[in-house]
Amino acid sequence: MQSNGLSEIKHLLRTHRLPHIWCPGCGNGIITQAFLRAVRRLDLDPDKICIVSGIGCSSRVVEYLDFDTVHTAHGRAIPFATGIKIARPELNVVVLAGDGDIAAIGGNHFIHGARRNIDITVIIFNNSNYGMTGGQYSPLTLFGEKATTAPYGMVEQPFDMCELARGAGATFVARSTTWHAKKLVDLIVQGVEHRGFSSIEVITGCHVNYGKRNCRETAVKMLQWQKEHSVPIERFHSMTEEERKKYFPVGIIHSETRPEYTEEYAKITRIKRDDR
Amino acid sequence: MNSAPKHPEQPDIRLMQGNRACAEAALAAGMRFFAGYPITPSSEIADFLASALPRHGGSFIQMEDEIASMGAVLGASLTGVKAMTATSGPGFSLKQELIGYAALCEIPCVIVNVQRGGPSTGLPTSPAQSDVMQSKWGSHGDYPMVVLAPSSVKETYELTIQAFNFAEMLRTPVILLSDEITGHLYEKITIPPPEAVPVITRRSPRVAPNASYKPYLPNEPDLVPDIPDIGTGFHFHTTGLIHTPDGFPTREPEEVRALITRLHDKINSRKHEICLYEERNTGDAELILCSFGASSRSCFQVVEDARKEGRKIGGIGLKTLWPFPDFIFHKLSSSVKAILVCEMNCGHIIGEVERVCEGRCRVEGLGKCTGTMITPSEIENAIKRIK
Repeated sequence: MQSNGLSEIKHLLRTHRLPHIWCPGCGNGIITQAFLRAVRRLDLDPDKICIVSGIGCSSRVVEYLDFDTVHTAHGRAIPFATGIKIARPELNVVVLAGDGDIAAIGGNHFIHGARRNIDITVIIFNNSNYGMTGGQYSPLTLFGEKATTAPYGMVEQPFDMCELARGAGATFVARSTTWHAKKLVDLIVQGVEHRGFSSIEVITGCHVNYGKRNCRETAVKMLQWQKEHSVPIERFHSMTEEERKKYFPVGIIHSETRPEYTEEYAKITRIKRDDR
Repeated sequence: MNSAPKHPEQPDIRLMQGNRACAEAALAAGMRFFAGYPITPSSEIADFLASALPRHGGSFIQMEDEIASMGAVLGASLTGVKAMTATSGPGFSLKQELIGYAALCEIPCVIVNVQRGGPSTGLPTSPAQSDVMQSKWGSHGDYPMVVLAPSSVKETYELTIQAFNFAEMLRTPVILLSDEITGHLYEKITIPPPEAVPVITRRSPRVAPNASYKPYLPNEPDLVPDIPDIGTGFHFHTTGLIHTPDGFPTREPEEVRALITRLHDKINSRKHEICLYEERNTGDAELILCSFGASSRSCFQVVEDARKEGRKIGGIGLKTLWPFPDFIFHKLSSSVKAILVCEMNCGHIIGEVERVCEGRCRVEGLGKCTGTMITPSEIENAIKRIK
């Protein structure tokens, strides 16, 4: 049975590093909690988990998690994670990254990680902007919405991270929001269990830098917006093209089985080893 | 593959390319992870290792770009595996971001840069030695760097092993700064038997995992911490932020100073051990030819020719460029009339020699940036101009 108390995940936190740096009302804590609940539910060995992040508000999360943690350079979490996973395939390697980090400066690494189908779980904290630097637009800022560097409204189109991941070859693709906190735990559990590249996008709130410029100036309004603009993937499928434009589908967007990178490479090593 | 002699009692003598010698030496040093991106004139290293690493139980991956290959190398090294990448000028520029990360986070690794003419795409198939300053100052911030420059196929083999040993011993990135001439040169080489190759491996924590373990606490006297490997139960944190011995970020001025100065001190305090060089006929020399990499071959040829004619010319071939071996020039500048620095660039090492000599002797430069090597006759002409 899943308990809602913090007691069941507190031992997975570096409590001596708290309080965290995030603003009151930030959604990052909800995602962190969901991730730890997933680790707990999967009963993973904490010694065999490695968490890798890049740069940004959400990437600071690794400091608070009591595993082997690597806070890398901006956008570079997936290359580090790739090296770690290849060298130690038995580890559960999880990348926690923000939308600017993973979709802009780290975008190339994201699509190639997906293409390789290397067994890494990527959880994307999508708050639609660069919060740490004060609210600039990211590749996931919605068309027409405002940011410090889009003061007259965003004129670029955003990526759909789930479609990008799927198109690039990711074999597990899911989306949730911080409103769907319990559903998020289920999706992370399935993403970590999946053998291959798993991408889980989580739409989260940054009312301090993003919401206030876009009529969602409180954490509650950010959550309400998530609730009103998301529909389960099953319902999304039955919508018309016109209806779909107003909503994000949440749930498992795509799941398939394809050869996983480290397993394929291990086949070569088994055959060639000591064949000198 | 021909990686072992047919008769074990006979020396393993081969005709080998410089880049191949680098790859063979890396395997002999215990390297078991390579990530790279195709670029001339270093690609032979990746080509060979793609085939050889699975046979040695290691892993090879061609990443999507130069930055990613550097990131994968650091990830693998954090798990305790000896790791390497190889590139050339434009790729070396891209790798700088994570070379700084490796220096700060004390992640051992070897970065091979087979130099070609620049700037920009420059001269992809022609030699240069114009990345000397980038190899020292390429990433932002204050950090030390160890850079070795081989001048022959044999030296490529030796210095590649040395690069891994320095990287592991000092917990720092080490750059093997080769050049297109040395990388593509075929020469005779005697591969030493494995038992004759000294191999150093990083220290592991001497205690069992515990919550109070400080992964970045330096040891005395070498100032190098015993950082655990990922996956061994220590639950430690690695960050590119300035950090305290427990691994977590700090902005406390005294803690910042302690880390930055230690990173420098752990290398600079062992300069005499790290700075390798070859000295020929310097004892009574009035003129010293100073060079490194492929250019030192021409210098030593001139020294040999000059001595046959009774001219008092000596040669210094630098194998370690950074940290700069000041001590060699402190001594020499008082006993010689002039030092002629020969390098395939517009003047990199000459600035260091001038700085150290402080006017005690003349320092002249033969800098060549034509994408062609410096010939002995060009050095002879430069000598005539000095006199």
